[in-house]
Amino acid sequence: MKSWKEITWGGLVMEPGSSVAYETGDWRSSRPILDEEKCSNCLVCWVFCPDGAIQVENSKVVGIDLKHCKGCGICAEECPRKAITMVDECEAKAEALK
Amino acid sequence: MSETTYVKGKVRALEGDMVVAEAMRQINPDVVAAYPITPQTEIVQTFSGFVADGLVDTEFIAVESEHAAMSSCIGASCAGARALTATCGAGLALMWEVLWCASGLRCPISMAVVNRSLSAPLNILTDQTDMMGARDAGWVQIFAENHQEVYDNAIQAVRIAEHPDIVLPIMHGLAGFVLGHTLGRVEILPDEVVKQFVGQYKPSHSLLDIDHPATFGAYDHWDYFFEHKRQQWEGMNNALKVIPEVGQEFGRLTGRYYGLVEPYMLDDADVAILIIGSATGAAKVAVDQMRADGVKAGVLKLRCFRPFPAQAVADALKGRKAVAVMERSSCFGGETSPVSAEVCSALYLRSLPIKVVTYVYGLGGRDTVPDEFCQVYRDLLKIAETGVAEPIFRYLALRDY
Repeated sequence: MKSWKEITWGGLVMEPGSSVAYETGDWRSSRPILDEEKCSNCLVCWVFCPDGAIQVENSKVVGIDLKHCKGCGICAEECPRKAITMVDECEAKAEALK
Repeated sequence: MSETTYVKGKVRALEGDMVVAEAMRQINPDVVAAYPITPQTEIVQTFSGFVADGLVDTEFIAVESEHAAMSSCIGASCAGARALTATCGAGLALMWEVLWCASGLRCPISMAVVNRSLSAPLNILTDQTDMMGARDAGWVQIFAENHQEVYDNAIQAVRIAEHPDIVLPIMHGLAGFVLGHTLGRVEILPDEVVKQFVGQYKPSHSLLDIDHPATFGAYDHWDYFFEHKRQQWEGMNNALKVIPEVGQEFGRLTGRYYGLVEPYMLDDADVAILIIGSATGAAKVAVDQMRADGVKAGVLKLRCFRPFPAQAVADALKGRKAVAVMERSSCFGGETSPVSAEVCSALYLRSLPIKVVTYVYGLGGRDTVPDEFCQVYRDLLKIAETGVAEPIFRYLALRDY
């Protein structure tokens, strides 16, 4: 972290695309879980995600960027096949530790 | 020995508002955004005439409110423009939210504030409640005593705000009606001299600089917000050094030198009045009357209120037996007032045991005459003699029966 003497005045951001470096995933209280079997790769979730957290390769959903997903749940709401469900973040973490 | 020669100006009789407009014409800013009707003054009306007549190159934006006026100036400033505006009283109050954006984004906007009271009861006459209400918004604040200072401050304001060690917005205050709407003598410098003094604005960053793209006004979390605020303290503190530097440079040019404070008959004074703005003249007349009666009275005029020149005030008041701080604002709830709280703090922190009393005066445009300031001096003599300052908060020329 930089000191007040080292940063630009007025909160100016001097490099484009720097929001990638800003990890907002720890704001999340619920986590989207993707059911790959139900997913038809229509990419509606990718269109609606306000944080660009739906990871797509070759027109297919390959995962969710949990470093930036804030857990808003818009993807789960919009998915026409109900392939995404929101689960409690603490429970998801506990599950991942098992 | 060389004789100093100063630039001669043209002596004119102008209303204070016209004086500001004239200075703005000479500064020839890139953008002026202003709300054109009440509570605006003739500053914007006159300046918009200059725009219509092609006398300036300014882009004039007539907006729908004072909030929008300041917002437009902020946008223009971020785009690298020299942006000026003017407001007063309730207009400044409506700008309040975005005043903080201007200072936080380090927009060196220069704004004339024709000081007026804040309603209710409905009143548009002069006092300093408007600028005192904005005192903590991160703007440099200076005040004028007379028409000449209105002009000189308007020109210096640009240089102060844009100084690379400050880069903060500035408001320069002038009393509504007493200065703003009244004819006074003022020496107007040649256009070319003003143009050279203010120079070309060179922003360190600009939205229009497509070779160096930058994001202005991004969200700032707990991790850096504090550091950016610390930078604002730095800019504000630097102004204590820069304001007198600009004032001296202006003096070498015109013969009119400016600092943070201006003493009058203060060196040997036992009792002193500290005051801001247009009523200073009446206080000086009172000093002359008291001196004629053998009383060692003096005045300390505060030109700059933000940043507060604590050291200069303490140095000037050191050795006085009793001081009256004159407060032309209605700011409620403190034991003292915006100005005297600062004065008391400056004296206490330097262990100067001077008796200080606060006098609220002149609210809502009420004139304060020399005889009333003489009464203040007589009160101060009594305080100096008895050592009793109570009541420490007083109301001058209030009907109190």
